[in-house]
Amino acid sequence: MSESVAELTPNGAATQPLGAYSRPKGGGGWRDWVTTVDHKKIGILYGATALFFFVVGGFEALLIRLQLATPNGTVVGADLYNQIYTMHGVTMVFMVIMPLAAAFANYLLPLQIGARDVAFPRFNALSFWIFLAGGLFLNFAWLVGDAPDGGWFAYSPNTGVTFSPGHGMDFYAIGLQIAGIASLISAMNLIVTVLNMRAPGMTLFKMPVFTWMILVVQFLLLFAVPVITVALFLLVFDRNFGSHFFNPEMGADPLLWQHLFWIFGHPEVYILILPSFGIVSEVIPTFSRKPIFGYEFMVFSGIAIGFMGWGVWAHHMFVSGIGPISVGAFTLSTMFIAVPTGVKILNWMATMWGGKLRFNSAMLFATGVVSMFTVGGLSGVTHALSPVDTQQTDTYYIVAHFHYVIFGGALLGFFAGFYFWWPKVFGHKLGETLGKWNFWTMLIGFNLAFGPMHILGLNGMSRRIDTYSPGFGFDFWNLFATIGVFVIALGVMFFVINVILSARRARGLPPEPPDPWDARSLEWFSPNPTPVHNFDEVIEVSSLDEFWHRKWTTDEDGRVVRKATAAEVCQAGDAEGVHLPSPSYWPIVLAAGLPLIGLGLLYNLWICVPGTLLVLVSTYAWVFEPPDDPDGPFGHGHGHDEGDDGSHDEDVPGDGSPAGQEAGSVE
Amino acid sequence: MSSEAHAVHDTTTGISNNKLLMWAFLGSECLLFGGLISAYLVNRSRFHTGPAPGDIFDIPFTSVSSFVLLMSSLTMVLALSAIQRGDIRNNRIWLLATALLGSLFIGGQVYEFTTFLREGLGYTTSPFSSAFFTLTGFHGVHVSIGIVMLMSLVISSYRGTLKQKNSEAVEIVGLYWHFVDVVWIFIFTVIYLVPSPTS
Amino acid sequence: MSTEAAATNTDHEHPTDAKYVQIAILLAVITAAEVSTYFVDIGPVLIPALMVMMVVKFFYVAAWFMHLRFDSVLFTRFFVTGLILATAVYCIVLTVFEFWTGG
Repeated sequence: MSESVAELTPNGAATQPLGAYSRPKGGGGWRDWVTTVDHKKIGILYGATALFFFVVGGFEALLIRLQLATPNGTVVGADLYNQIYTMHGVTMVFMVIMPLAAAFANYLLPLQIGARDVAFPRFNALSFWIFLAGGLFLNFAWLVGDAPDGGWFAYSPNTGVTFSPGHGMDFYAIGLQIAGIASLISAMNLIVTVLNMRAPGMTLFKMPVFTWMILVVQFLLLFAVPVITVALFLLVFDRNFGSHFFNPEMGADPLLWQHLFWIFGHPEVYILILPSFGIVSEVIPTFSRKPIFGYEFMVFSGIAIGFMGWGVWAHHMFVSGIGPISVGAFTLSTMFIAVPTGVKILNWMATMWGGKLRFNSAMLFATGVVSMFTVGGLSGVTHALSPVDTQQTDTYYIVAHFHYVIFGGALLGFFAGFYFWWPKVFGHKLGETLGKWNFWTMLIGFNLAFGPMHILGLNGMSRRIDTYSPGFGFDFWNLFATIGVFVIALGVMFFVINVILSARRARGLPPEPPDPWDARSLEWFSPNPTPVHNFDEVIEVSSLDEFWHRKWTTDEDGRVVRKATAAEVCQAGDAEGVHLPSPSYWPIVLAAGLPLIGLGLLYNLWICVPGTLLVLVSTYAWVFEPPDDPDGPFGHGHGHDEGDDGSHDEDVPGDGSPAGQEAGSVE
Repeated sequence: MSSEAHAVHDTTTGISNNKLLMWAFLGSECLLFGGLISAYLVNRSRFHTGPAPGDIFDIPFTSVSSFVLLMSSLTMVLALSAIQRGDIRNNRIWLLATALLGSLFIGGQVYEFTTFLREGLGYTTSPFSSAFFTLTGFHGVHVSIGIVMLMSLVISSYRGTLKQKNSEAVEIVGLYWHFVDVVWIFIFTVIYLVPSPTS
Repeated sequence: MSTEAAATNTDHEHPTDAKYVQIAILLAVITAAEVSTYFVDIGPVLIPALMVMMVVKFFYVAAWFMHLRFDSVLFTRFFVTGLILATAVYCIVLTVFEFWTGG
């Protein structure tokens, strides 16, 4: 088999290396990680970085709740408090939830469509390093003692130099700009991957729901990121070059910021939640031992959410003075968007109905999503009504709502994903006992923390106030919420302990046998942990849940009977000589240039010079990089690693036949 | 066309990954320029005490430079047509012509900006001026990046590495170039030709 | 898969250079007509006329020079989705700012 692999690598001999630069040879250890273009390693990097930022954002949350635990709190001052809540929001949205989605997408998406890698492996590495550069740049603000303090949606004119004279909002604007580039690159890459790299037979409607949801999210990113790019550019120009986009003194209308931000911001909400919906749609069928109920409805409701998400942004602006017609129109569209979301909730319940349920940790977290997201969705519908919203806006009711959606919906879903795919990624399961402690403490702590915020909000407690006086009826529930947050922290500790103990227990043992959960989709064809080349041979797909249908069939009476064991169906993972994309230095070098340009804009334009040089040099080096490393561990094919980008770099080199296409020819 | 054949048959959809990536990028760019154009339109009558757009635009001059950019799309497509035929020499000539026309357009923009500056319209004069310079500046940066890409193609053509089988590289740079041109078609009509407020 | 492949398997016969030049001449003529509106007052049809001419130019460049006529329909979908989304959301923004009524 390995022979044919090398032969079938397309136009290998026709290639003449154009490159002027050598490619990294690997060498093991950290070098493998900084030069890797393997989607699995990049996925792990994304996940680890996101969990690091999760801890950072979590500490910020603890500080917020300590400050608010008692009236007239003195843990932090008002100024520092503003910075902490702003950074908590920005970190959790842009540096935790989005990269966690990217982690799952990167690792699983090529596996679920039966591909060798993503369409543009170097771009994939680039998007991770740029994301990391953006996250570090943003948090660098703490080191200079001047973190952003304008709230995560940074309304102007509060963010102008008049009211925010420090560099905080510059770190916000440029940090998010850099992270936005990462999202855009990864969106383009994954769209091409899903459309072009599917295994033979896998039509769009044989793709797993997770793949579908990730595809919808990438389209949302593709079209939403440029909008916030514009907004952030205008903000940077206003603050640093004296333009007047948001300056009311010169007659400009600061509402422009709100529109641009929320045109991005509402699709962003679905960017945060849909990956988790996808994970839940994989976990629930597996542990209900039933196919997903209404697959087409699940897919189309996801697409519908993606489309309708573009028509509801002004519901964030009901009290901004946008006029009664706009308010009426956006009230209507907002109520409509609850419909496809409701379809999903009902379909998950219908999937579980009559199923053989196995409530292990992954399934518990998934059912947690279904229930908690429903609460968040219902409170969301309440403020679709503008008169109600007028009372609720900027109160703790809103804080409660979006935590039920983003913590209860998105984050719990990612934890379900952790427990479900951990053996796929690391070759061993996470412990079930600690997993259940993890789930119940997080679920209970979460409800203790955010449930009372509904009451606080309706009682009139404003969000973002740094303290409150006794006697408003806020004291009890605030203390309650603070206790809840510490219970959540305990739950996260259980997770960390679980990760460490499970790894220690698995040391020296053989990896988890294939298919630990009796699962359904293509990624389980490969052994645990996934070998570097993913699949020994290309899988011919003939149905949705292909993996399941190779194991089970129905007899004449309609009973499900086994026709093959998992061990018979799964691949051995021992193919040799499979051609893989070669690693590259340039993604990390290019990414390193961007924060330097950002710092230059803030402090001294000369710092931009090395940053720009890094970007330019690495762009050209990238384009002229040899298509392959002939001495590399899998370099027998002497083919190409990827086509060239052509977005901002010119593509001179040879015929780019993308890596995964080579994977596609491995049979 | 034989050069395209291999790329076309390896992917699920039969489409080249590179072209699909470029088109996704261009779809995304629509939202970027849309935002900048909207930011201009809502601010075009907010000229504070500075010059108004209707007073300062030089339509005949801008018409000429718009025409130059429009014709660069023709030379671009001729460059692509040449390399697809394997005509390296003409490809190089048309690429150079495209880069030259693009540079001419950028030169015109620099002239326009300096004239406006002399007439009292600086970047910080008013919301109108900020929005105008930001929008046209962004477009100018896009054209400039296009020129850099074209010149890189020309250089690799002189080095002998741009061959018929690499025609997709020219095609993709061409897509980017035409996109920048259609954005200008929009800007020229909506910002310049549609009558602007006067003071 | 077969349907998708079939959908994109349009013939890759690109037009001749002469055709490209013809289209460029057409574009030049339209541009001349556009610019002439600056010198000749055509009254209330001015803005509709300008918009129609702009769309025609836009269409011709996209369809012929960018090969959307001949290439995969997927490219057109990507581009048109971006265009429609941009037009829709930004027109709503302009409406809220009362741009059309001269606010």
